[in-house]
Amino acid sequence: MNRRLLVPLVIFLVLAGFLFVGLWRDPREVPSPLVGKPAPAFSLGQLHVPEKTLGAADMKGKVWLMNVWASWCVSCREEHPLLVSLSKAKVVPIIGLDYKDEPAAGKRWLADNGDPYDMSVMDRDGRVGIDYGVYGVPETFLIDKTGTIRYKQIGPLTEDALRNKILPMVRELEKS
Amino acid sequence: MKRFAATLACVVLCVAPFAAIAADAVPTEMDPVQAARAVKLAEQLRCLVCQNQSIAESNAELANDLRGQIREQIAAGKTDDEIVAYMVNRYGDFVLYRPPIKATTLLLWAGPALLLVGGALVLARNVRRRQGAPEVALTAEERARAERLLAGGTEQDAP
Repeated sequence: MNRRLLVPLVIFLVLAGFLFVGLWRDPREVPSPLVGKPAPAFSLGQLHVPEKTLGAADMKGKVWLMNVWASWCVSCREEHPLLVSLSKAKVVPIIGLDYKDEPAAGKRWLADNGDPYDMSVMDRDGRVGIDYGVYGVPETFLIDKTGTIRYKQIGPLTEDALRNKILPMVRELEKS
Repeated sequence: MKRFAATLACVVLCVAPFAAIAADAVPTEMDPVQAARAVKLAEQLRCLVCQNQSIAESNAELANDLRGQIREQIAAGKTDDEIVAYMVNRYGDFVLYRPPIKATTLLLWAGPALLLVGGALVLARNVRRRQGAPEVALTAEERARAERLLAGGTEQDAP
């Protein structure tokens, strides 16, 4: 075969390869620079007991999940049954961050759909959400005993992500 | 005099609405220089919700909050670099429409220049090769056919 004809073919194949891989990647999933960094500190009123606060510092020494949700968030409904069953299994504490929500609406939503959270805090102005780089609710953070963010799930939790990524990491981090 | 009064009345009536508009213009909370800085910064940052819009353009609630953050930090005396660093620390280099030059972005930055240089090299080689090619002499038959065509003859005469 003519070598000169091979050049456009190779260029085409390389380009097609890149585009093909791109088909399966979600452009909305932007890797967070916060993974591997300390979880930003916060102190927020609790959803059920507004006068009491909870912060990331209170969870030191524990491996925990922080789930960012809101009553106005449609895809939160999608992941909610998973969270409820996860909380029943009692493998890892889950803190809910009710993002830019009305407390009354948030409480009603939890009453209707089940409350998987060991504790819930309110981020009414979304400031803590910004500190955590939240841009698409729901998002879930896995934070280790030293308060370092180990994993971030953007968008709804899936059974696959939970079973193959998050839970193995939880088990691993519990050992340390 | 009557005419003057009429003209004056006309002018007053024409201008009066503008006076009303002027009165409506409430002074903004920021001075114009700071406001311009805020807009310029917001234009350089990509909104993560509508990824093809800047924070300045997007109507997403997050973009609105981030515009608020920018204004707040400018008012607090932060420099542009500090504000951009604040955003990058939270959302990564992805928010920058002008990504920093790093090992991972080198191809992105150098790519267009490499393509240009590569194209120029290929073009130069082809032009040089074509210049060097010897002119092809016509056979007697072809010459006769060309002459026939030039003289107004048609292809049909050709064998």
